[in-house]
Amino acid sequence: MTELRWIDAALASARPEALAALLRYFRDLDLAEEAFQEACLRALKTWPENGPPRDPTAWLTFVGRNIAIDQVRRRARQHALPAGEDISDLEDAEADLAERLDGADYRDDVLRLLFICCHPDLPATQQIALALRVVSGLSVKQIARAFLVGESAMEQRITRAKSRISSADVPFEAPGAVERAERLAAVAAMIYLVFNEGYSALGGEASVRAPFCEEAIRLARLLLRHVPGEPEIMGLTALLLLQHARAAARFDANSDIVLLEDQDRSLWDRKLILEGLALIDKAMRHWRTGPYQVQAAIAAMHARATRPEDTDWAEIDLLYATLERLQPSPIVTLNRAVAVAKVRGPAAALNMIEPLAPRLSGYFHFFGAKGAFLMQLGRADEARTAFDRAIALANTAAEAAHIRMHLDRLAKDGEMAFAGKSSAGRA
Amino acid sequence: MLYAILCYHDEKVVGSWTKEEDDAVMARLDVVHQRARGQGKLGPAARLLPTTAATTLLKNQDLVIDGPFAETKEQLLGFYVIDVSGLEEAIEIARDLTRANPGGAYELRPISLFLPGSGAT
Repeated sequence: MTELRWIDAALASARPEALAALLRYFRDLDLAEEAFQEACLRALKTWPENGPPRDPTAWLTFVGRNIAIDQVRRRARQHALPAGEDISDLEDAEADLAERLDGADYRDDVLRLLFICCHPDLPATQQIALALRVVSGLSVKQIARAFLVGESAMEQRITRAKSRISSADVPFEAPGAVERAERLAAVAAMIYLVFNEGYSALGGEASVRAPFCEEAIRLARLLLRHVPGEPEIMGLTALLLLQHARAAARFDANSDIVLLEDQDRSLWDRKLILEGLALIDKAMRHWRTGPYQVQAAIAAMHARATRPEDTDWAEIDLLYATLERLQPSPIVTLNRAVAVAKVRGPAAALNMIEPLAPRLSGYFHFFGAKGAFLMQLGRADEARTAFDRAIALANTAAEAAHIRMHLDRLAKDGEMAFAGKSSAGRA
Repeated sequence: MLYAILCYHDEKVVGSWTKEEDDAVMARLDVVHQRARGQGKLGPAARLLPTTAATTLLKNQDLVIDGPFAETKEQLLGFYVIDVSGLEEAIEIARDLTRANPGGAYELRPISLFLPGSGAT
């Protein structure tokens, strides 16, 4: 790795903490970003000569802070002097900074920086774009590419999002316990959104959108470093790691999605799986279950199975039952039914999803699963009706092709004979 | 003489490598491993998961906390590699060791890559 490449990596990885600290000093996102940017330029000049500092984050925070103070003073000379609250505690900031940089207590700073990106007024896509721009430090070009939109459109989107949050009240005082928990939940949801933006991509788009998944994992690890004792954050991080571990196996050579049961498990990333499993182990010790932990535990059951037939469906059924309790939703019940079909048979699974019909009447996976259960029960005509409906609702050619495979099978066999492949098993 | 080489780096930087960059580093290291192994000089080697996956047992208080051992008053004096079903069992063994040798702390860090090694037996 060349020196420049190393410096780039150091700057990128120092960004969230340094920027978060600068934001606390100056309470102005634009000013903090400018200061960090300027500090990076200085780093590029001085680090190759003097060698990298022991603590790049502290260096960048310190240098960035001095740059911004200069700038504020210069502006103050040009305009009327700003009110004192525009600059927070500059007087004793020096002593405070030294202490901060030693203690590395960036927790609330980083949480705040993440939290301002998930302002409830911002639509999901703007939250994601803002987090990637501000916290991860991706360029507008990179973000636009991942979102498959033009650069100027993305620029506008980010600018709008920023002006939205700058006019909103960003809370700068240290949060209380309840407030911190609320912020944590909002930030976790935002990180999950970032991940899903990549994970839900299909076909050729999947590789272009992979950065969403990687950045989300990085954000989750960042958050976990600062709140190391929160089981739901361990669960979230584990969930992302375990799902992303399957990335290389999720699409075939034609960019069509490969269902979980059909994936080549040797392509799963063992290192990510190990990290995910270790985090679930840690989370379980707290006995404070939550939706992320349960979803991660379900993903872990799949990750632990060397072959599809080794999957512990009974345990997955129990985990989905817990998830239904924590976060009731017809989709969760539908997923549970897939496990139930394996454990208690297709009749029980069919009973379970029948009441969902009114709410899932427009949902591809509902009819795919229903058709599969009916097919296993030998009710070919009804299965065909369900599969036809599924094809009409398919979101992608691959989904439709998968159902057509079932239909061909039905036509060929004229009877059941086919054991247990369900379309509701998410890849 | 047996030596342990302890590897330090900024995990945020290492964590920001792309898979290709990480693979390239591992491939370069592997060349060195091969050479040392051929000379019968390489014992077991391990790559650890990030500190976010660590759990620490503070031995005097018998307190299990999440995260790495962050104090700087103590020094690293040794390590074990154990093969267990999960964290609970690892903590049990750490507690057994504590009874034999109280004081200080044990940091339990999952291993992501383990090379058994050929020399230094």
